[in-house]
Amino acid sequence: MSFLFDLVAQGAQMLLALALSPLLIGLVRKLKARLLRRKGPPIIQPWLDLIRLLRKEVVLAENASWLYRSAPYLIFAMTWVAASLTPTFATGLMFSWSADLIAIIALLGGARFFLALAGMDIGTSFGGIGSSREAMFGSLAEPATIMIVFTVSFVAGTTQLSEIAAYMAGNLELRASVGMALVALLIVAIAENGRVPVDNPATHLELTMVHEAMVLEYSGRYLALIELASALKLLLYISLIACVFFPVGLARHDAGLQAMAIGLGAYVLKLVIGGGLLALFETSTAKMRVFRVPDFLGAGLMLGLLATLLVFVTRSL
Amino acid sequence: MPIYFALTSVSALLAVGVYAIVDRRNPDVSRNVYRICIALCGILFVAAVMPRGASVLSATLPFGLPWIGVHLRIDVLSAFFLAVVNLGGAAASAYAIGYGAHEKEPMRVLPFYPAFLAGMNMVVLADDAFSFLVAWEFMSLASWALVLTHHHDAENRRAGFVYLLMASFGGFALLMAFGVLGGIEGAYDFASIRESTKEGWKTGLVLALALVGMGSKAGLAPLHIWLPLAHPAAPSHVSALMSGVMTKVAVYGFIRVVFDLLGPPAFWWSVEPMSFGAVSALIGVLFATIQSDLKKLLAYSTIENIGIIFIALGLALAFKADGLALPAALAFTAALFHVFNHSLFKSLLFFGAGAVLGGSGERNIERLGGLIHSMPKTAFLFLGGCVAISALPPLNGFVSEWMVFQAILLSPSLPQWTVKLLVPAVGVALALSAALGAGCYIRAYGVAFLGRPRSEAARTAKDPDRWSLGSMTALLTLCLLAGLLPSLVIDTISPAARDFVGGRMPTQAELSWLSIAPIAESRSSYNGLLVFVFILFSAYSARWVIHKFGSARSRRAPAWDCGYIETSPATQYTGSSFAQPIRRTLGVIAFSVKERLDMPAPGDMRPARLSIDIKDRIFDYLYAPLTRAVETCASSLNILSLLTIQEYLALVFGALVFLLVLVAI
Repeated sequence: MSFLFDLVAQGAQMLLALALSPLLIGLVRKLKARLLRRKGPPIIQPWLDLIRLLRKEVVLAENASWLYRSAPYLIFAMTWVAASLTPTFATGLMFSWSADLIAIIALLGGARFFLALAGMDIGTSFGGIGSSREAMFGSLAEPATIMIVFTVSFVAGTTQLSEIAAYMAGNLELRASVGMALVALLIVAIAENGRVPVDNPATHLELTMVHEAMVLEYSGRYLALIELASALKLLLYISLIACVFFPVGLARHDAGLQAMAIGLGAYVLKLVIGGGLLALFETSTAKMRVFRVPDFLGAGLMLGLLATLLVFVTRSL
Repeated sequence: MPIYFALTSVSALLAVGVYAIVDRRNPDVSRNVYRICIALCGILFVAAVMPRGASVLSATLPFGLPWIGVHLRIDVLSAFFLAVVNLGGAAASAYAIGYGAHEKEPMRVLPFYPAFLAGMNMVVLADDAFSFLVAWEFMSLASWALVLTHHHDAENRRAGFVYLLMASFGGFALLMAFGVLGGIEGAYDFASIRESTKEGWKTGLVLALALVGMGSKAGLAPLHIWLPLAHPAAPSHVSALMSGVMTKVAVYGFIRVVFDLLGPPAFWWSVEPMSFGAVSALIGVLFATIQSDLKKLLAYSTIENIGIIFIALGLALAFKADGLALPAALAFTAALFHVFNHSLFKSLLFFGAGAVLGGSGERNIERLGGLIHSMPKTAFLFLGGCVAISALPPLNGFVSEWMVFQAILLSPSLPQWTVKLLVPAVGVALALSAALGAGCYIRAYGVAFLGRPRSEAARTAKDPDRWSLGSMTALLTLCLLAGLLPSLVIDTISPAARDFVGGRMPTQAELSWLSIAPIAESRSSYNGLLVFVFILFSAYSARWVIHKFGSARSRRAPAWDCGYIETSPATQYTGSSFAQPIRRTLGVIAFSVKERLDMPAPGDMRPARLSIDIKDRIFDYLYAPLTRAVETCASSLNILSLLTIQEYLALVFGALVFLLVLVAI
């Protein structure tokens, strides 16, 4: 019976991530519009867009290969698996041990790998621009993430996300290293999700775009899958930040339905706060030049390294 | 008796070389040689993995140095490396049945190829310093001859010269290392070296010499300069062997000397392998990112991977020195796992590069493109290799890098400050090289295989024959299996860790669902199989839902590209434009890049030119002064050849007196 319950809880987390992620995007867009004193589309709009795209015919470029056609499925699958293995409302779910934090980061790296390849498949200059920039951002953001993982795992003594969340919930104390890791993770999250000031998800201005340049040739169901994958990625990063640094209200997998309901409520609240802060941040900054981004990410990497060193030093004193 | 079995096969390999010379008029000789090589490597592989009753097998043969003879031994470590060498050897031979048929001068390859395989096997089997060094030099010379296969090209002759120079330098360092180990009594068999007592200065000296000697063969920076020259020069199956297998034989030598012969380690031993490993990993991956020659790119990437292996070995030394058996076993197992993985995917990638070279006659990725349409099978297999080497789940490269990260995460338990502060820095280097590595392979694959063909050769390229494709498929399958079922590989390596670092990882086969957990499941665990199943399940269920409820229709049309109409494939991103962001951000520190833009004034009709000047600092600041110094010494010593007879006699007398005084003291 408990096996069945665990399976249902894990399945619920998968579907929850899938259902909430476009709503999160819708929420951020709505809040941004309100902050600019516009009315903005309804929060459900991204879902409506996705359904519209799924019904449409795909227009493929003439020399698109099989890689171009299978990449959206792979990107979506890898991101979805990563998002479903990140604790949302409860920890220690059935398959949470099958991939630790490093593996989750690597899964996102895999999605990036195929997205960048898909950008180069048609052989247009915009695809190349996007892939090249994405490869550079990735090669700075990923080590920064690994440094954050190091810091958090040194503190918690594990790389399993559920155990980290449980440790952080049980040992509430202020640590300089964890604070630095949080700032570094915020920097990485903004860059990885292509938000302002690194990339602007709303623009198609050629010289500045990164993510949009790679997916320029996609249409129909393929575009829908890629959009859904990037929504899932945003949700994943907010879940990650929430479960590592603010593990309030997280239920244990054997805590029963009531605790899970509280966990769910807390999670939705965290998503709303996260989305709200993101919208506020995006409206109050301007996009930076592409060649300033390495400095921005370099700051994240340095913060991560400093945090790691700090843990190493304080651990042994 | 597997050891006599192995010895017979090695002698048979040598005999195959002779056969190739004798039967050189036969048009089928190339095919026959490679077929016999597959069989012999297969036999050796079986001999290596065959369950051994007693865990150590040894034999002594009555030739070689009169007071030693030739000692041979198969223990868990040599058995593992024997398996790696012969797996790579069998794959390369199978590939070469098809690939070798195009060779214009087969007699420059066929006699040396089996000899090269025999040499590598002998290094692993040797159990005394003398036969180890003889086998080592034999391996070096055979591979040198193979590098010179296409000797009409001046660049290849230079590659051969640099390789020979580095190989003899490394061999010289090893000679001295074993000299110090064996002592004045000349106890050169490994058993007596193991038992002898070593003073502090001796261990330091041997460690440094071993690192130089083995590192120069493995491609550890700054001794790596021959790899990017020699690997493109050799035929592709030989480059695969040199890069995927011979560098691992050097890793074996390092493990044998440092973990086995030198006795219990001190913590400072770990500093050198770790720092040089980190430097190699970074230099390797950064140079790989800017190469446009596919085989050069792969050679630099080998340097990166060797760096990762040495980082793991350094960690294992540090843990072992402090008596932390379990973390030491984890780091050591990670190193050997990466050795195995790298031999698989690097061979696969070199075979792919060879297939591209054979199909299109082009190694330069800037003149390729669109190969996914003209060589679909090679493109798929090469993509598999790229995913594996970029350390992406669920393939095997990720598992070994994951284990190295787990080992780094255990390092706060080390008591020494030197190591404690070095490890996070090494961790950054490792993380950076892993991420840059993925970028490097996106570039390599994207430019060469995707997009539109940049030349006629790329458009009309053809997939290679069945043998080559079969060999690549087998390697990719092994990569996938090692990634999905890492517990099997780890449990196979564990006995070696038990013998060489004094601990072993928990038996992984006992864990449920075939997952791996290096220390404990609550600390870290990974399940490649489950992740793979999840990815497949999500992808296919998404596809099913979309095709059922959404649309499955598609239509072909010209590319959109923001409305620009571009006709020439030259408008695509090239390899150098792809690398530009990395060249700009990291290039200034790593390889002193100078970009010069020559922009004509308005009205001037000459074209604008952008020239990029990339300099290798190691070459400029280490090797160039060294060669200058050698040349100055040589030319000033030249006077000695122009002396009169009286002066010569005086010189001889002086030398004699000096030596007698030295002996008297």
